[in-house]
Amino acid sequence: MAGDTLTSSEYIKHHLTNLTYGQHPDGSWGLAHSAEEAKEMGFWAFHVDTLGFSIGLGALFIFLFSKAAKRATSGVPGGLQNFVEWILEFVEDNVKSSFTGKNSFIGAMGMTVFVWIFLMNAMDLVPVDFIPYLAGLMGVHFLKVVPTTDPNATMGMALSVFALTLYYSFKIKRPAGFFAELAFHPFPKYMFPINLLLEGVSLIARPISLGLRLFGNMYAGEMIFILIALLPWYVQWTLSLPWAIFHILIVTLQAFIFMVLTIVYMDMAYTVDEH
Amino acid sequence: MEEAKALLFIAGAILMGLGALGAAIGIGSLGGKFLEGAARQPELIPLLRTQFFIVMGLVDAVPMIAVGIAFYILFAVA
Repeated sequence: MAGDTLTSSEYIKHHLTNLTYGQHPDGSWGLAHSAEEAKEMGFWAFHVDTLGFSIGLGALFIFLFSKAAKRATSGVPGGLQNFVEWILEFVEDNVKSSFTGKNSFIGAMGMTVFVWIFLMNAMDLVPVDFIPYLAGLMGVHFLKVVPTTDPNATMGMALSVFALTLYYSFKIKRPAGFFAELAFHPFPKYMFPINLLLEGVSLIARPISLGLRLFGNMYAGEMIFILIALLPWYVQWTLSLPWAIFHILIVTLQAFIFMVLTIVYMDMAYTVDEH
Repeated sequence: MEEAKALLFIAGAILMGLGALGAAIGIGSLGGKFLEGAARQPELIPLLRTQFFIVMGLVDAVPMIAVGIAFYILFAVA
């Protein structure tokens, strides 16, 4: 436990507070020093830790994969090349089996989504107090290490996917076709207000469930790690080890599901129904 | 105040319990169907396994979210 003066609920809340940069009520810009100050900053508050870790992990992903791509040989491949090819084939198989349209952009997007979310989720496996403690020594008092436990990050990705599906729906089906799909679907044409309501709700529910599913899973995992960290140090490993091993499954599975759903939603934007 | 706190504990318990109940039924029938399919056509196991994990992840998400919120209520709010 960090500090002996904290109660357990203060410790949990401290761990769930982002490092926030924004405008103070007096007009100056700076870091928030407490959760209340962060709340007062309103809409234009940046979660520096979420942004920093997600951009850093994205850069790591690009660096590793471009290194493998530049050094790719047709001879005996090295370990890194084998690993990258394995991921690439895995993503390619999934895209080929569930995406029927023609778009060279989907494969790249699927792989970016998968590897990036996997890396962000995998930060959950770093011991909960390790990086925040090091940051605390350097004078940073709030730090949330896992970007996907911040709904801003997951909903941002889900809304980007949603915007892309809307864009391709309009492009492929034309606005009229897209509207027809929404209005004339489950019931015959004369019942179009009901159709519009049903299809509209299912359209809006997609990005919300996509973002909240990832957020909820990672948040729950992080929460359980924090609770385990409240126990005396000599019993922690009996719980945190099995949970970490189980969490490897969740980390991979949620990244995979986000990728599959992204591909499926893009495929929906491409398929034209006959009516 | 005491009553409000007790209600928070009950809320957490219901969140976790009902979420786990639903997911247990869902994943149970999903796993049973997966085994049936695998027994009937063993050559389809790789395909079925992928689909099984996708649906399991979708079903599994809801109780996990409930567990997270329930723990937050039990340990941080109450």
